[in-house]
Amino acid sequence: MPQPSAVPLPLPDAQEIQALIDSQLHLEGPLLPIFHALQAAFGYIPESAIPMIASALNITGAEVHGVMSFYHDFRTVPAGRRVLKICRSEACQAVGGDVMAEAVLKKHRLDWHQTTRDGALTVEPVYCLGLCACGPAAMMDGKVIGRLDEAGMDRILTEAGA
Amino acid sequence: MKVYVPLDSAAKALGADAVAEAIRTEARSRGVEVEIVRNGSRGMIWLEPLVEVERDGVRHGYGPLLPSEAAAVFDTDHKKALGPVEDLDWMKRQTRLTFARCGVVDPLSLDDYEAHGGLAGLRRALEMSGETIVDEVKASGLRGRGGAGFPTGIKWDTVRLAHADRKYIVCNADEGDSGTFADRMIMEGDPFTLIEGMAIAGIAVGATKGYLYTRSEYPDAIAVMEAAIRVARARGVLGVDVLGSGKVFDMEVRVGAGAYVCGEETSLLNSLEGKRGVVRAKPPLPALEGAFGKPTVVNNVISLATVPVIFEKGAAHYASFGLGRSKGTMPIQIAGNVARGGLFETAFGMPLGDLVNEIGGGTRSGRPVKAVQVGGPLGAYMPVEKFDTPFGYEEFDGQGGLIGHAGVVVFDDTADMLKMARFAMEFCAIESCGKCTPCRIGARRGVETIDRIARGDGAAVELLTDLCETMKDGSLCALGGFTPYPVMSALQAFPEEFGGMKEAAE
Ligand SMILES: Cc1cc2nc3c(=O)[nH]c(=O)nc-3n(C[C@H](O)[C@H](O)[C@H](O)COP(=O)(O)O)c2cc1C
Ligand code: SF4
Ligand code: FES
Repeated sequence: MPQPSAVPLPLPDAQEIQALIDSQLHLEGPLLPIFHALQAAFGYIPESAIPMIASALNITGAEVHGVMSFYHDFRTVPAGRRVLKICRSEACQAVGGDVMAEAVLKKHRLDWHQTTRDGALTVEPVYCLGLCACGPAAMMDGKVIGRLDEAGMDRILTEAGA
Repeated sequence: MKVYVPLDSAAKALGADAVAEAIRTEARSRGVEVEIVRNGSRGMIWLEPLVEVERDGVRHGYGPLLPSEAAAVFDTDHKKALGPVEDLDWMKRQTRLTFARCGVVDPLSLDDYEAHGGLAGLRRALEMSGETIVDEVKASGLRGRGGAGFPTGIKWDTVRLAHADRKYIVCNADEGDSGTFADRMIMEGDPFTLIEGMAIAGIAVGATKGYLYTRSEYPDAIAVMEAAIRVARARGVLGVDVLGSGKVFDMEVRVGAGAYVCGEETSLLNSLEGKRGVVRAKPPLPALEGAFGKPTVVNNVISLATVPVIFEKGAAHYASFGLGRSKGTMPIQIAGNVARGGLFETAFGMPLGDLVNEIGGGTRSGRPVKAVQVGGPLGAYMPVEKFDTPFGYEEFDGQGGLIGHAGVVVFDDTADMLKMARFAMEFCAIESCGKCTPCRIGARRGVETIDRIARGDGAAVELLTDLCETMKDGSLCALGGFTPYPVMSALQAFPEEFGGMKEAAE
């Protein structure tokens, strides 16, 4: 889900967590919507939310954990203030996306899934953004970027403080 | 003055928002009043942002436009002027049935939608019985566009005939295949088509609730779909009295969380229910025990978005296009290293090579084409020798390939096929749901084995072949079962790249 960019997200507060959980309970199959709501609010899913979700849905904490850990999107620790997702899939590879991404990441001493030490930026791999006719593609805080080149990516990382 | 600037993600990724802003500024400074419509994409991604200006009822194109070139749209003969968009070769050569309105209309204007034939299909379906609706879909020859090509009408009939207090329509909008963006384009460019198709499906089988399960990687499509659903509800297309018929159908959007396997229908259903996206064994078929244990139609976006035109123009019209058992049209997505990438809807039957070379214009790099991967990460690499294969389900199957969701990813002669084979295995290992050993462990072994081949261990080729056989035979779903396609097709077409070449060269 897109997250508001460059604003420090609030620290999770039990009341707020409960309100977010409750706001999704009218849905059939509310668990993923709850995770999304929490992550949109806090940037990750706080550990303290797990027992609260479990009791709201009448399942065990282990089950909640099991579901959460299945999905690549959900985080248990905060991400950087900005999140850059770079496509690693075939159509972007065909235009050199993978080679470029790895070179630029290396230059900034970052690896996939890593966050810069000052917490400014997290880099994630993504497997296709549906921008396969204008790759290499990436997404910064939910904003799409096409035909990315080395200079462009370098600029993005530098601007983000990497 | 009416100006169209696409809101499609690809157009945005290439600067469409800034172009729209620049046009607004330019118009203000010229004292010209402009109405900017944010339309979908026409599919000519290489021309995006493709701006259109309406003059005497004809839409003239400009593209690919930079924000600094905003003045061009006030000019008839700028270097980026393309002339009437409908006269462009790419447009004229297509048969746009599913995508007829995409790029033409304002995606969120229901009036625009109706003026271009929208809702005619639903109105007609509302006059018909569930059985005759299903018969019409059967007669159209429509097959699932999500990959497997299962006849849509037969699936609907199973759900229609099932007895239950509740049934569901689940639209699979999890479009995870690399090289595909048809679902995204129609959701962003003509969302009412999908809503109408889902409503017709609901009316046909007696389902009152629909879910659109899409990906978190598609925030723009999610926003457009949610807005369109609100409009459709407010205007009585969705709700307790669909177009005044007394019939009930409503729907909502659900968002996945970055798991490729959740595009597999049973994994998707688990995810929708709030579980781990693990694949379920079949039977039971989702048609009988699907979402929340109830009979469920699971169809791809394009399958459902094609239903309205079938009812608007008639099944016979739709079935008059195509080749053999591949009836109708397919929105083919041409991507990767290609000069003219985009979405090209055409009747089944066009040879693969024509799509790549004539329509796509060969590679973007200008180098020779080496191979194309058709059908996403589980699809085979087709070398140039197979370019006369006509685009059709059985035709590709006969060549050891598959058309899948019709993504065609072009690679030039610098592509490293061993690396591509390795990526296929790596991807399978990352995305495996973990239920079966040949997939979960096999894919990891696959990566290691390919690394051994890369180091010059020629004997590992046989190991890789055996491993692929095991994965093919022992996997529950096509993630583990079809990963051998890209791997083995690369190995078979380019054996020299797997042949311990390094050793020989050293
Ligand atoms: C690993 C895997 C991923 C899949 N991903 C998708 C997908 O993203 N979209 C889709 O429509 N079908 C996907 N499918 C196919 C679905 O399981 C199912 O066949 C399809 O949704 C049925 O709809 P259709 O008959 O309209 O094609 C996938 C299958 C597998 C095995
Ligand atoms: S083949 Fe892989 S993804 Fe499919 S069910 Fe088995 S483990 Fe899961
Ligand atoms: S492969 Fe990179 S956006 Fe689709």
